[in-house]
Amino acid sequence: MDNTVIKIQDAVVSYREDVALQGVSLEVRKGEFIGIIGPNGAGKTTLLTVLNGLGKLIHGQAWVLGSQLNGRNSINLRKCIGYVAQVQNVDPRLPINVRETVMVGCYGRLGLFRWPTRAQWEAVDNVLEMVGMAHLSRRPIGHLSGGEYQKAAIARALVQQPEIFLLDEPTASIDPKAQREIMSLIQLIHKEYHMTTLLVTHDLKQLPPMCHRLILMKEGKIWKQGSPESMLRADVLSQLYEAPLAATNEIAPLCS
Amino acid sequence: MGTSILQYQFMQNAILAGLCGGITCSVVGVFVVTMHLSFIGVCIAHAAFAGALLGLWLGFNPLIGALLFSLASAAIIGPMTDRGELNPDTSIGIVFSLMLGLAFLFMGLMPGARSEALSLFWGSILTVTRQDLIFLAVTTAAIVGLAVIFYKEIQAVICHREVALAVGIPATVVFYGLLFSTGVTITASLQSIGGLLIYGLILNPAAAAYQLTYSLKRMLLIAIAFGIISCWAGLAASYLLDTPSGASIVITSSIIFGLATAFSPKRKVKRWRQVRLAG
Repeated sequence: MDNTVIKIQDAVVSYREDVALQGVSLEVRKGEFIGIIGPNGAGKTTLLTVLNGLGKLIHGQAWVLGSQLNGRNSINLRKCIGYVAQVQNVDPRLPINVRETVMVGCYGRLGLFRWPTRAQWEAVDNVLEMVGMAHLSRRPIGHLSGGEYQKAAIARALVQQPEIFLLDEPTASIDPKAQREIMSLIQLIHKEYHMTTLLVTHDLKQLPPMCHRLILMKEGKIWKQGSPESMLRADVLSQLYEAPLAATNEIAPLCS
Repeated sequence: MGTSILQYQFMQNAILAGLCGGITCSVVGVFVVTMHLSFIGVCIAHAAFAGALLGLWLGFNPLIGALLFSLASAAIIGPMTDRGELNPDTSIGIVFSLMLGLAFLFMGLMPGARSEALSLFWGSILTVTRQDLIFLAVTTAAIVGLAVIFYKEIQAVICHREVALAVGIPATVVFYGLLFSTGVTITASLQSIGGLLIYGLILNPAAAAYQLTYSLKRMLLIAIAFGIISCWAGLAASYLLDTPSGASIVITSSIIFGLATAFSPKRKVKRWRQVRLAG
């Protein structure tokens, strides 16, 4: 049985004169955990935005959950895709608390003219409990630290009950302890829900052990892909990041 | 103020215009302030003013001109800021200066006395007609109704527009709806508050409420209360001190903002945080 949930063929995305993705093709099976690494500007974030319909293809095609992405169906498909971006700057005076922010995840599926039910608020509380944020549920969202904000963002994506989980550098700009907590949380979620997960990261030391496949991106293309063991080698990383072998030697053994 | 003045039709109209204007401007103001769109709002206000002057010059209803210009400016500014081809401040500044230029051009081309044009500058809540009042009341009902119906979508967009899009909310439609609502609100309040002053009534009550609460619902209610108080107290001051009504209303709203900032609990938290960080 074909259990492909994501299929991209020859995708090209351009931001004015810059080509962010150049002929990228990719297939992802249901329940797979995929890590995506590469230098800045390699097209990692653009690849995720193509999948949730926020990035526009100028060439090629993409199918997500059996539907070909186009301008008309992308809003409906986004309701089935949990998306966690990098830590955002939030106005500390913003009059919205953590619980309300997490509830935003339900709003897409809820649709227009309908209000959250008590069961949905309970689901929000349960997810906040799961990510260890229950004690901060009434705190203004702008008062959270980077790590706490990312846990709230993961909680928001979870209450969406997504089939695909996209994580765009969720541990960027946060301290090492919070990075470990976020990565443990991502592992726990994958273990619990078996969601198809695509994780963009620069943090090779923190790649979860359940990572099935590692995609190496460079200059808008998929440069190499394979098992983490075969990809996280000093010589491969040295070529990917165009860095001296000694610099990549330190991280490579830790990841294998 | 003696209660006998309340028997006059013009004063009753002014009180009702203050009520409707206070509510509408404050509701729109909350969205403008929380989404950091203050400069966009100023630009739309000047566009409405230019459109009204075009109406006066060419002899059609100034409110129609104001509505068309404010909606057109919102339709131009939105995509300009979204596409990011220019810095948002630059693109808004270009539209703002164009609208200001057009306003003065239309005023310069206007033949004869310009007293009606100048009244659009300052506004006059005491000369609001029954027709103006009906337009203002319908606008108030529409803006409040839309804010209630689409509260959760608006809240999501305020929270983070990209996130709202990512969870499947039509965030772009909501964002443009808020810009157009700002345009309609400014048009409806132009006659009573004035093109140069209307923005104070949009910004000040909402900015004052922003200092006092971390709840969006409470912020809306506080801003509405401040908006109505600004209008009514400004109206009373105008009557008692014989001062221009629009200016009195906006100065009252500025005083309320000053008081709210001085007694803001958020300021205390900030100060405490600074002390803690310094320690």
